[in-house]
Amino acid sequence: MTLTAAPARAAREARPRRHRNHRRRAALGWIATHALAIALSIMFLAPLMFIGLTAVMTDQQALTSQLWPERWEWGNFADIFARAPLLTWIANTMLYAVLATAFMLISSIPVAYALARLRFPGRRLAFLLVITTMMLPPQVVAVPIYLLWARFHLTGTLWPLILPMLLGDAFSIFLLRQFLVTIPKEYSDAARVDGCGEFRTLIRVILPMARPAIAAVALFQFFYCWNDYYGPLLYAGTDSSNWTLSLGLASFRAVHRVQWNLTMAATLLAMAPVIIVFFLAQKAFIEGVKLTGVK
Amino acid sequence: MATTTFGRRGAAEPARPKGRHRGSLVALLYLSPWLVGFSVFFGYPLIATVYFSFQRYDMFTLEPVGWLNYRYFLQDEAAWTSIRNTLWLVVVMVPLRVLFGLGVAQLVTKLKAGTGFFRTVFYLPSLVPLVAGTLGFVYLLNPGTGPVAAILSAIGLPSPDWFGDPAWAKPGLTLLALWSVGDLMVIFLAALLDVPKQLYEAAALDGAGAWRQFFHITLPVIRPVLMFAAVTGVIQTLQYFTQAMVAARVASGGTDSAGSVFVPGYPDQSTLTFPEWLFHQGFRDFAMGYACVLAVILFVVSMVFTLFLLRQFRGLEEEA
Repeated sequence: MTLTAAPARAAREARPRRHRNHRRRAALGWIATHALAIALSIMFLAPLMFIGLTAVMTDQQALTSQLWPERWEWGNFADIFARAPLLTWIANTMLYAVLATAFMLISSIPVAYALARLRFPGRRLAFLLVITTMMLPPQVVAVPIYLLWARFHLTGTLWPLILPMLLGDAFSIFLLRQFLVTIPKEYSDAARVDGCGEFRTLIRVILPMARPAIAAVALFQFFYCWNDYYGPLLYAGTDSSNWTLSLGLASFRAVHRVQWNLTMAATLLAMAPVIIVFFLAQKAFIEGVKLTGVK
Repeated sequence: MATTTFGRRGAAEPARPKGRHRGSLVALLYLSPWLVGFSVFFGYPLIATVYFSFQRYDMFTLEPVGWLNYRYFLQDEAAWTSIRNTLWLVVVMVPLRVLFGLGVAQLVTKLKAGTGFFRTVFYLPSLVPLVAGTLGFVYLLNPGTGPVAAILSAIGLPSPDWFGDPAWAKPGLTLLALWSVGDLMVIFLAALLDVPKQLYEAAALDGAGAWRQFFHITLPVIRPVLMFAAVTGVIQTLQYFTQAMVAARVASGGTDSAGSVFVPGYPDQSTLTFPEWLFHQGFRDFAMGYACVLAVILFVVSMVFTLFLLRQFRGLEEEA
């Protein structure tokens, strides 16, 4: 970032006049880019701000187009719990997210390890199939899978979304594999020389080194479940006691005939955990997103 | 651990083949959850989808009908509307997202102060749950009490009815997509920072200005990343579902759960996407055979783009 210092100094010694022009232009550029960045930040943050401001308006004020709450109605956040079974939805969402994440980790780490570091015939094909299943829209195979779960009488519950995670998740496998191939071979070779078997090498050497990637896939999986709407819409059924927060939130305004202020309070409630966890684990997120881009 | 006595060989023989066999068995063991998952949740349903597409199927009775479902598709006007809408999103939303993501990333590389802060602010909205973000935007853009309408009218501009107007609903969804461009921005930012600095220095010595540097160095170097983002963007947009569904439902005040079945696409089928129509046919009208026709079509189209990605990955694999 401090790259400009050396050439600038060289230029100063050589041609003082040009240097001054240069500095003026650099300063103007600095101001322009930062002003643009600030303007963009305001546009990125404004929706969150307006959602927050509306969430604490009174019912009467929510019917107007005023932007600033005249009286801060913190009671709205308590009120939404009385209007809809939010606690049940949160509990269901947590169950879905926690179990799916745990199951995904147990099943996907060994698969990613095999794809990244073991040599076997068909390895390339297996990796390409993982990418294919990751990319193809879930709607392509939805009908037969739905019928399968219907046969086990599990439609109307969230289990059809949780149980398959025991059999690996393509996106997580892909992401972990992308990270595991970057670990130098020398580490596992050294472990092997010390007499570690394949399994001990995985547990003792590779897993500790892969911690950032594991944290990233766990976070992604958790938030995928937390945010998931399509899955619960397909399987959770019409009984709202089986719904997740996303599903309940989507029908909150219509079913419960509430104003925008309460709707925004509930919206904020659904966003809050994601944003809090992001600030606690920012690095893991950013590193994880980078892994999803191809190099 | 599976230790195997498979292929016990004399000491004179080279150890490698034995190790290889064992390696394959270990690999098979590690892969087994995924192999089962792939067969049950992908291989089988893919074949079954093709089979059901030639049946009339309402979850209870199967009746072979030949190509009837496919012929019905040709005259199903809602299906063609949904295809046009999905195409609109692919043609407008995906390029805008890539361009905007690249622009924001490029801006972040130019910043000297507060880089971390700005990067966080630009990334944050992409984390907001889809349903919550969509609800937020329907509120922000609603013509009665929404802040956007209030601000526009304060500066004397007319405000469209966004999610209540067939002409403005998809642009409204596009704004939402641009707001959550952060994941792309992070990927592009990583790629931009990976461009070797010497290239820029050499170009600057040759007198190339900022624009020429961007078009002759930056773009060619990060082209694979851009292509990857564009193709995955297209595939994601082919499955565009949640935002359209929620926006239509909230804007129309309709509901799926209080008895009547909510038909997606409000206003006037302008937000009806292809996967929404598939979902509606399969799981609300229980025309499962016909839904499988739509699924087969979705499979073929997304496979074309997936194959393109696979080619890139095959290249990667050979390097590794």
